Amino acid sequence: MSPPPSDLRRLLAAKQVVIACGPGGVGKTTTAAALGAALAASEEWRVLVLTVDPARRLADALGLGTLGNDARRVPLDQLGGSDRPRGELWAAMLDTKQSWDHLVERHAPDRASAQRILANPLYRNITGRFAGSHEYIAMERLYELHGEGRYDLLVVDTPPSRDALDFLDAPERMAEFFGSRLLRWLVAPSRSRLVELASRPFYQVADRILGTQFLEDVAEFFLLFQAMYDGFVTRARGVSALLRDRATTFMVVTTLEHAPAQEALRLADELARRNLELGLVVANKTLPDLFDGPAVEVADELRARARPLAEALAAGLPQRDAAGPLADPTTVTRVLEEIGQSFRDYRRVAAREAELLARLSAAHLVAVTVPHLARDVSDLPALGEVGRWLLGEAGVAPA
Amino acid sequence: MIDLLARDLLFVTGKGGVGKTTVAAVIGMLAAERGQKVLVCETDPKGDLAALYECGPTGFTPLEVSPGVFAMSMDTEASLREYLKLNLRVPTVGRIGPVAKAFDFVATAAPGVREILTVGKLCYEVRERTYDLVVVDASPTGHILGELAAPVGINELVRVGAVRSQTQWMLDILSDPARTGVVLVATPEEMPVREAVELAGRLGAETGVALAGVVANRVLPELFARSEEAAFEALSAPARTRDLAGALDSGGRDGLAGVLEAARLALRIRRGGAAHLRTLRDGIAPEVPLVILPYLFGRSTGRRAVRQLAEALAEELGE
Repeated sequence: MSPPPSDLRRLLAAKQVVIACGPGGVGKTTTAAALGAALAASEEWRVLVLTVDPARRLADALGLGTLGNDARRVPLDQLGGSDRPRGELWAAMLDTKQSWDHLVERHAPDRASAQRILANPLYRNITGRFAGSHEYIAMERLYELHGEGRYDLLVVDTPPSRDALDFLDAPERMAEFFGSRLLRWLVAPSRSRLVELASRPFYQVADRILGTQFLEDVAEFFLLFQAMYDGFVTRARGVSALLRDRATTFMVVTTLEHAPAQEALRLADELARRNLELGLVVANKTLPDLFDGPAVEVADELRARARPLAEALAAGLPQRDAAGPLADPTTVTRVLEEIGQSFRDYRRVAAREAELLARLSAAHLVAVTVPHLARDVSDLPALGEVGRWLLGEAGVAPA
Repeated sequence: MIDLLARDLLFVTGKGGVGKTTVAAVIGMLAAERGQKVLVCETDPKGDLAALYECGPTGFTPLEVSPGVFAMSMDTEASLREYLKLNLRVPTVGRIGPVAKAFDFVATAAPGVREILTVGKLCYEVRERTYDLVVVDASPTGHILGELAAPVGINELVRVGAVRSQTQWMLDILSDPARTGVVLVATPEEMPVREAVELAGRLGAETGVALAGVVANRVLPELFARSEEAAFEALSAPARTRDLAGALDSGGRDGLAGVLEAARLALRIRRGGAAHLRTLRDGIAPEVPLVILPYLFGRSTGRRAVRQLAEALAEELGE
């Protein structure tokens, strides 16, 4: 099912940003890292992989053992490709807290205001829990890194969120939030407010629910934050433009399980509706091409004739194996039945996968399949292998 | 674990994609089969619960979707409306629009306000004793602490007002391990296990809600017993494979090679999962029960799947 390698390479040659998105639990982070690694190895590019929440061993493999926004260079000599690595791979992890602090320091009108915001007890809660806070920061970092221009290609992982495309709206939502009339009203000088407020239903209700003191606390916090409004709006516009830029493409990662594949189709629709370019759909962790052909009949026979087969096998054993593990037909019968049954079970899964893959193809989505690898993808050689699958340059399916 | 279903309120959580909704639906189905009246609530309405029970779309008003099983999806605005009506006697459907909008805004800003509407509604159902058991398909691991800690947080942040006086009874329900518990779901993979173990460590201290049990979901069956594994290894020797191929009526050597390769793949996948399963067992307190639900090779959604898993759960829980 892989497209000719040149297609994806040609597509990516014109890109500066690849954004990986998809439902949770499909291997999005790993796929993003693998794509970045494979391209850094085979092209003369400086590639940065920006991960959000990598598995620990993957983080270790990328040299990201400690938290922090700083990019680190990843040695490519262990990727296991046939040629000498040509480009550079860099990796960075998104540190939401640090990124927020950084943002406040840059946008606050002066040092004292920045300090007051950072010290506000509500600040941490809000930056940590604001719906879309992580998504916003991820896009903010992307924008900043792109602006710095130090890399030829940025491969960006997106945070796990309720909706896999939340990050698209996060910048505008954030700007809207800080610019809303309601907020301005909320932070208007308290004295004049109290007079007019008492008559408003919102105040009556809010006061009864939350208490005036709490509302005052919130108001004070936003008063500080509002000074940064212009900065937010400008950045949000910049991020939106970058997402729509022709140098940006999206990669939807999914597995061929029912719910994730359904979600991937929805994401593809949604990207199209927003006129965003979907460059690549990756079907991850698929079963290899083993469950067809003459094997099917053999598996059926192993289940149906396990006993006679086991006996034939025992009868034909050479003398030195007469007391070995194949000598007992009862055990061997069970083994043959298990093998046949397991084949049948996995064949059902393979059939379901084929059906879902067909559905992705019917939606005109170019799907690249990456098979279930022999081990967890948590070191550079494994990452290299996934990367070669993505580029359609892997050898035969690994046994 | 036997008393898992004897609690009043269960929050089912885990990393995204591990099958939280499925496990919630399965617990609900089993409890109902054992004669309880159950409310299953999807807090992040994506329609997965409706797909599992094969019923129409769920809403804020619970619907009986299967004998004894009532399903609903959370809607914080509807929850606010109900709250205002019940507690503050703020009337008027007409005026709720702008109020809800304003409230939505404050809720966005103020930590825990939105969460408390969710948790509050669920605790309310528990307090009213309309159901024997309330099963919540809760937020994923990344958000559940904030959700469950909301009453504590609100209690600390808001010094006066109706909310403060309203949170104590919720805390009473939530912090009683005999009534409320968290069911943590993980699949035998690295990240889901890591998130489950981390959450298990933080849950008690940060929320006061007890961990009722851990569900290892989508666990592949053990292929071979130990002696069988040795036989399988021996079978892979070229001479033995040739012998077996010779005895077959069908397929011949190529077909057999494919079947054996598929079996090795199945073994490898299973072994990888088993290692993560051990990490999960070692990472949670020994007194917390670990329940295993099988991977379904067939369709993994719909009533039939739910019933199949409910049977597996029943076996794990014992009578």
